[in-house]
Order: sequence, then C-alpha cells, then structure tokens
Amino acid sequence: MLLHQLTAKQIQDNIVKRKISCKEVIEDLFNRINEKDSLIKAYISLDEESALERAREIDGKLSNGEDLGVLAGIPIAIKDNICTKNMKTTCASKILENFIPPYDAFVVNNLRKEDAIIIGKTNLDEFAMGSTTENSAFQITRNPWNTEYIPGGSSGGSAAAVSTDIAFMALGSDTGGSVRQPASLCGNVGLKPTYGRVSRYGLIAFASSMDQIGSFTKDVCDAALLLRVISGYDCLDSTCSTLEVEDYVSHINGKFDGLRIGVPKEFFGEGIDREVRNALMNALEIYKKNGAKLIDLSLPHCEYAIATYCIIATAEASSNLARYDGVRYGMRNQLSDDSIMEMYCRTRAEGFGDEVKRRILLGNYVLSAGYYEAYYLKASKVRNLLKSDFDEAFKKVDCIISPTSPTVASKIGEKMTDPLEMYLSDVYTNIANLVGIPGISLPCGFTNSGLPIGMQILGRHFEETQILKVAKLFEMETGFHLKKPELD
Amino acid sequence: MEYDVVIGLETHAELDTDTKLFCGCSTAFGSEPNTQTCPVCLALPGVLPVINRKAFEHTVKTALALNCEINNFVNFDRKNYYYPDLPKNYQISQNYFNLGNDGFIELNVKGKKNRIGIHNVHLEEDAGKLVHPEASDASYSLIDFNRAGVPLVEIVTKPDMRCIDEVEVFMHTLRNILLYIGVSDCKMQEGSLRFEASISLCRKGAQVFGNRVEIKNLNSMKAVLKVLAYEISRQRELLERGEQIVMETRLWDEISAVSRRMRLKEESHDYRYFPEPDLVPILVDKKNIESIRMTIPELPTKRHQRFVSEYLISEYDAGILTESKSLSDYFEECVKLTSNSPKELTNWIINDVLRVLNEKKKEIQDFNISPKMLVELIEMKSEIGGAIAKEVFSEMSNTGKDAPTVVREKNLKPLSNTAELSSLVSEIIGANPKAVEDYGNGKESALSFLVGQSMKVTKGKANPKTLLEIFKEKLANSP
Amino acid sequence: MDIDSKEIIKLANLSRLKLDSRETDTFKTQLVKILDYVAKLDELDLDNVKPAFYNTQLKNVFREDILKSSYPQKTVLDLSPSNVNGFFKVSKIIE
Ligand SMILES: [Mg+2]
Ligand SMILES: [Zn+2]
Repeated sequence: MLLHQLTAKQIQDNIVKRKISCKEVIEDLFNRINEKDSLIKAYISLDEESALERAREIDGKLSNGEDLGVLAGIPIAIKDNICTKNMKTTCASKILENFIPPYDAFVVNNLRKEDAIIIGKTNLDEFAMGSTTENSAFQITRNPWNTEYIPGGSSGGSAAAVSTDIAFMALGSDTGGSVRQPASLCGNVGLKPTYGRVSRYGLIAFASSMDQIGSFTKDVCDAALLLRVISGYDCLDSTCSTLEVEDYVSHINGKFDGLRIGVPKEFFGEGIDREVRNALMNALEIYKKNGAKLIDLSLPHCEYAIATYCIIATAEASSNLARYDGVRYGMRNQLSDDSIMEMYCRTRAEGFGDEVKRRILLGNYVLSAGYYEAYYLKASKVRNLLKSDFDEAFKKVDCIISPTSPTVASKIGEKMTDPLEMYLSDVYTNIANLVGIPGISLPCGFTNSGLPIGMQILGRHFEETQILKVAKLFEMETGFHLKKPELD
Repeated sequence: MEYDVVIGLETHAELDTDTKLFCGCSTAFGSEPNTQTCPVCLALPGVLPVINRKAFEHTVKTALALNCEINNFVNFDRKNYYYPDLPKNYQISQNYFNLGNDGFIELNVKGKKNRIGIHNVHLEEDAGKLVHPEASDASYSLIDFNRAGVPLVEIVTKPDMRCIDEVEVFMHTLRNILLYIGVSDCKMQEGSLRFEASISLCRKGAQVFGNRVEIKNLNSMKAVLKVLAYEISRQRELLERGEQIVMETRLWDEISAVSRRMRLKEESHDYRYFPEPDLVPILVDKKNIESIRMTIPELPTKRHQRFVSEYLISEYDAGILTESKSLSDYFEECVKLTSNSPKELTNWIINDVLRVLNEKKKEIQDFNISPKMLVELIEMKSEIGGAIAKEVFSEMSNTGKDAPTVVREKNLKPLSNTAELSSLVSEIIGANPKAVEDYGNGKESALSFLVGQSMKVTKGKANPKTLLEIFKEKLANSP
Repeated sequence: MDIDSKEIIKLANLSRLKLDSRETDTFKTQLVKILDYVAKLDELDLDNVKPAFYNTQLKNVFREDILKSSYPQKTVLDLSPSNVNGFFKVSKIIE
C-alpha cells in the first residue's frame, strides 16, 4: 500500500514504530500534493518548509525517546477560516487576502500541542457561505471522484484533500452542514460535534450560534482520534462546554445491545435521489441485520428548518461580518477624497463576493427596524419547536439516520444560478446546527456514475461516542470508506 | 407663554476594573495609543468575548444603589452601527433584558426633596477614541483603541427633571453615589463620566410632551447645564414664533457655545439589536443580589440626614461633609476619637482641611493629617491657643508631622511656668504705668492690653489664661 | 412580498455595500424570492412559544478581572491598511 493511502492512525503507528520517519511522510505527501492538487485545487496555501521543520523536530523527539503527542507526525490540513498564527488565513475572501493572524485558534493550538503537523490551508466558500466551494474568491475546488463536479461545501477544500490523499486529516467548519455535506459528496468521514464541544475561538465567525469546527478523516477511528484532541473546555469561548472529553477511540468498537435507530419520515420524502434513497435503505438493512431496531418517527417542524436557518444564519452573519471595514486589518479600497462611509462601502463591495453580499443584505433586512419580531424572533421560536421535536425523538431512539444530502455531487456551475435552491439542499444537515446536536456523515455507497453517497447519523447532545460507535459498526460491515477515487 | 421643561439624562460611567469588559487588556488611562489592545478588543477575525465578573457585579451594585429591580434573567444584545472607533461595528450592550429597571434617585434641590426615576441600568462596552489632528487642513482622523472594550454602566433616567437646577443636583448626586459605592472613579476630565441629555418643552400644564431633542458630546457637567440653558431658550423662541420643534440629535459645540444639528430623527440609526450569540445568559438569583447588596455602604443622602440628626450639625455643613464618601468617613473617624463637639470638628474640616486640600489639589485620601492627628491638635488647642493651633496645623499639613512634634520642634509650647510668667508680668506692669493706672480706675480693657503686650513679648507662646490670673493677682496686691 | 429599489438602497447603505444598478436589481429579485420562501413560518401559531436564542444550556460564564498582557503596538498596527504615530488612520471624520 502506498504511504499516502494510509489512515492517520496507520501512518502514526508506522512513525512511532520507526518504520518510517516523519520527514519521509511529509516529503511523500508533498510529492503527491504537487502532483494532484493542481487537479483538485484543495489548498489555498501550503507551508512545506514549516511542515518539514516540524517533522524533523518530531523525528528528533522520537529518537531521543521523548514523550510524543497523540497526533505525533500526522499531517493535517486546516480550513482557511480557522486562524493560524503567522500563516495566512483568508476565508477565501479578497477582504482577508493578505491577513496573517497574530494568534492560533484553540483547535490549532491543541493540534500543535499534540504534535500534529499543519501542512496548509484549504479552500472554502467565502466565509463558509455556500455548499459547493464555488464561492471562493481564489479558486474552485473539484471533486476527486469526478473533477467536473463540485466537492460540496463550504469545507470543500478539506473534504477533497482527504479524499485525494493529499491530507491525512483535515479540519472544517459546519454551520449548516459544511462538514457533513462535502464529506458525503467526497466520500469520507465528516464529523460535526455538539455545539460547545469544540471551542470556536479562532474560527472566523459566520453564524455564531451554529458554527462548529468539525473534522474530515479517512475512517471513523481517525475521527475519534481527532475529536479527542480538538475538544475540551476553553476559557476564551463562553459557549464552550465544561463537560469532560471522553476517550472516543477506545469506545467506538463496543457492541450494541438493542440499538434503536430513528428513521424520520421527513428525511426520506420528496426531493431525494433514487440512488441515494436506495443506498440508505440498504444501510438501514445492514443495521437491522446487526440487531438494531428501526423506529419510524416524525420531526413535525422539519419543513420549517431551512426558513428558520436562513433568518438566523444571515442575521448573525450580517453582524459578524460588519468588522471587515478596512480600518484595522484586511483590505481597504479607497479613493483619495473618499469619506469614511464611501471607504466602507467601496471596500466591502470590492472585498466580498455575491453570496456574502446577499447574506449580509438579507441578514440586515431581517434585523432592521420593524422586522425583528417578524423574522428573527419568529425564527428563534421555531428553533425552539425544532429542539422539542428532537427532544421527543431522542426519548424513543438512540440516534437518527438519514441521507446527508438529498443528492450526490452536482456539476460545477449548476447550482450557482439560484441561491434559494442552494439553501434548500442543506435540508438534512442544517437542522442539527439549529438544535446543536452532533452529526456524522460517512460513505454508504456509490451511484452508477461513481459518485459517493453519504449517510448521516445524528445523536443526542454530547453523545459523540454513540454516533461514532454506530458509524464504526457500519464501516466494519461494509468498507465503502476504503474505495479510492482514481485521479489522473 | 409659560412652558414646562422636560429633561431626561443618560449617563455613562466607566467601571473601575483592572481589565476590559471582554478581554484581559488594561483599562489604565493615559497610555501610549494602541498599547492596551489584543485580538479580542480589536475585533480580529475569530475572537470571542468573555464577561468580566467584576464589571458585572459593579453594574448590579449600581442598579441596587439606584433602587432598581434586578432582572433575574440578563443577557447581552448586539447594537449594530458603523463607527471607526467601534472595532466590531457593533457594541455589546443590553436592550431586551437590561440588568436593572425602574429605580429612582432621591434629590435634595435647595432643601426640597425630589425623586427622579431611573428607567434602566445596564452594562456595555466603551468605544475607542478618535483623535482629530489640530491642523484644520488635515485630511484624516486617528484612532486609539486603548479605551475600546472598557466596561461602562449606562444609567438612563425617566424624563422626570423639570429645571436645570434639578439636573445639576442630579448629576452631583449620581456622581456621589457612584463614588460612594466605589464602582467608578468618575473622573470627568478622563472621560470616566459622560452625559447625554434629552429635552423637550411643552405648554405649561399640557398633558403631552413636546418633540424631544437629544444632545450628545457633553464632556462636563458645566457643558450639560450650558447646553440645556441654550436649548431651553432656543426651543422657547421657536415655539413663540409658532414653529415646530423637530425631533433630532444635536451636538454641543463648546467653543461657540451653541448646539448644532447632527441628524434628524428619520436619519437615526437602525441598531438592529439582537441577542449576542457569543455570550450565554446570566441568571441572577436572590443570593447573588443580597451578597452584592451587602457591599453597598450607607449612601450620601442617608448619611447626610444622619449627620444632621446624630451630630447636630447644620444641613449645609452636613452637605459639604457628605459630598465625598472619604471626607465623610474622615469626619466620622474624627468624631469617634474625641469628646470634642462635632461642630468644632466640622469647622476645622470645612475651613481648614478643605482649604488646604483645595490649595494642594489633593484628595482627602492623600492628606497628610490623619483623623487621629487632627483630633490630637484640636485637643491641644485649649493649651496652645487658637493662633498657634492654626500655625501647627499648617506645618502639619506641609510636613506630615504630628502636633506634639511640631510644637516641640518649633518651640511653640506655651509658657505656663508660673515663676517665669510672674517675672514677665512684673516687667510689663513696670513698663506700662498708664495701663496699670487705668485698670486701677476700673477700666477692664486695660487688662486685655497688658495681656496682649505680654503675648507680644513672648510671641504668642504664653498661656493667656495663666497670664490673666497672674495679672489679676499682682494688680490686686499692688499698692 | 415586495421590496422597492429605495428599500434596497437603504439596505445596501445599512450593510455598507456599494451596489451598482445591475446588482441592485439582481439582489432585489433574489431577496424577494427568499423572503417569500421564509414567509412559510407564518403558517405556525407561535403565540405561546418561547424563543430559543442560544444553542447551549450554559449560564453565568465569567472571567475574573485579571490583567493579561496586551499585544505590542507594532504587532497590531502592522495589520492595518494605514497607520501613523501609533494610531490607526482613516479619512477625516466629520461629526
Ligand atoms: Mg449605550
Ligand atoms: Zn484586549
């Protein structure tokens, strides 16, 4: 087997057993990146030099017999909306094109502490707004299974990098499905933890009450390994949980006793691809064969989720993105006699792409005088109804299974025309963000044309162990995750 | 035509904390620009706020001292508006669930008691400071973000004030309360205390208030009073000419002493308030409230009344003594240390202590003479005489030495040695035959003259009481 | 649902975005479409429903009033598009 095809855990075992050096891993990986990234365009920036230096340090530690972190030597890619000290963090936006944060995000700091090696920053829809990774100011990332197709989004760069074997792991962010959906479309494992499980400090905000950092990995075990490292209390994030972090890896292989899987009728209705539906039905059969009980249920307010999400996400975004004004950092566009107002308007018009502008406008609309009650307050109430729907459901079931996305990857350019249609495609994922529960997407089949299909497993708040375990069972029974795209 | 004046006031006071509201940067005043900033208070991408507990508790304390109801569910809201000194282009403030509501302040306006309603008390962050270069042709402005994120308590009154005198007393009373409870240093020259006023005029006795004008940019209490006087006459003139008052925001121009339109009501900001998702709500339970209430000292109005009734000093004097908490503490400490009358202590403090503090531009906390030292001096007065006591006081205030030391070092101890004084008296009697004769003829004032002569010779050091006795004795025995 | 162009211009100002007339038209059409869609929420009777603003059960999260070191002036000014004498620099602000 080729080095780059190994999982993170496997590569680390090899490093720790000193079968290969960290340096070799990095060199091999960068060779592959140089070969393949031009086809996929997963990375916005790469830092081979620092990666090699870090590799040498870790090799040094290893030969000195020093203690190593739990991610020692594992090369990891970071979505370019997560701040990395002394390394450009652009949000795929012209407005932050040359922004170099003077600090590390909490998760990045944890990765460094555990001796992971940060290799580069991956492409995304500008400010994580989009589901295709076409809304990047710099490049369009392609789906490794077919480069004519989108990788999904907004964390399309991270998803594509892992599936292309040009990163062993990657971090993304998930506000409405931006980890799970591209994982599904690219055929790898995407985990969105519970809101508050992973600190948001250093994640460039899109919608604060729903943003959550998540991971892309080649299998479930790696997801468990990475979650352990990025989770935990952070005194710099007021919304970050103080609950103790579990040892996910050692719990994912457990046996189930009467697992109850919820199958919400709303997630298998109109608009779902036939092939996606079939793959999901087969998957449910596999669980049944393994002793799980399938329970039909209803989440009655599901149909209002997209509308609710649209209001809350854009309202928060309009305010979160107000700070990009050309005063303290980032781009400034100004004619010599511009007033400050003109400078603001010109900078932001030039710095933001259409999707971002659209959401800023919409967010300001729903918050503006006289509309707060009609939109934001109303949406917040529906959000409560959605929470109750899930509370009720989780009294009867241990997890909920659905497709991650109603369709597989679409062709590049296909969805750009109608923003509303794009928002609607997040139908199965954004509900988890509205209510804050964890979700995982993993491959559960392929279409005839060879595109991956993803299955989503949703769990109760802070029950990441449970969904990882449920996912792991499927992975062992099927092995879809082992299939690799052929890239020439 | 007679008009009623309706005035409301918004006060912002910087809370006395070591660090900013949402980050660990210092709140110290007067540092080099942009040296007290960090990613959080500069609103760099990806940062998040965490509330300073002390700032929150200070706000609760303020609300309690202003007799507010404390909301048991408190959260923060974003107030969205663009201004270059506001790093996030929204201010984290409170709108939907203010910390305190519906309180009041009791005023004493020229002996008349009055209550001004407090609409709400809430916590928010300050903005940075804009600096406009002196040169009038400068085409740019500068920003210092050191102040950005400093905690502010905002106190909003109901439109309960009806004249400028009331406003003046209100501002002083409020400032005094904030100082008493120790939540703010209220230094106006450092911008720790700032006001915004709203004012409307209506026909006397009318049920409906007139259109409101808001005035910003008031950096001193004097400016508040001046702008209100200006606005009253401006609005009255307009009304008398039959014109309408427009709802607007005006700025006070200190130099030209006029107010100018900043924006009309229709142009007013659309703040798009919504709950701050980066912070979690705060539940304030009864226990919290009570434990904070315990830290509130006796407030100035109450202390004022108590001083009058307990120490039998005048309303006026009690007013001066309670003007600052530390001064009134000083006074009470003195009272406790002596059996001398509080009235005498009051005179010393008001006439001498305050004069010296004023001259030296010092606060009572930094005063050289402790209550114990002052009391010791006052108790020595009967022995050394008033004139010397004043001299000793002045020396003490300069050097910080106590009274006995000053008296000893400057050799100010009165001559009470009877033998010494006796020979002095004989000398004076010999040298002033005319006065002696007058006294013999029943002219009592001659005796004072003789005592005075002795004091002159001893440079005031003789004990006048002893002197008098010796004179009487000698003159009675003389042929 | 309809939004007139005046409203879009006001909205663009509120958003600090300079839009040309083509953008104004496109955004207007798209916004109207999205707002028509979200009007779906009007189907629900929400009179007795409490809003859920937060996605966490956490309450009373504070930090203590303890000084941390700030960033050096140079570090923060180096991020800025324009600065002079230790200050961030912008066009003249006229109040
Ligand atoms: Mg305010
Ligand atoms: Zn700071």
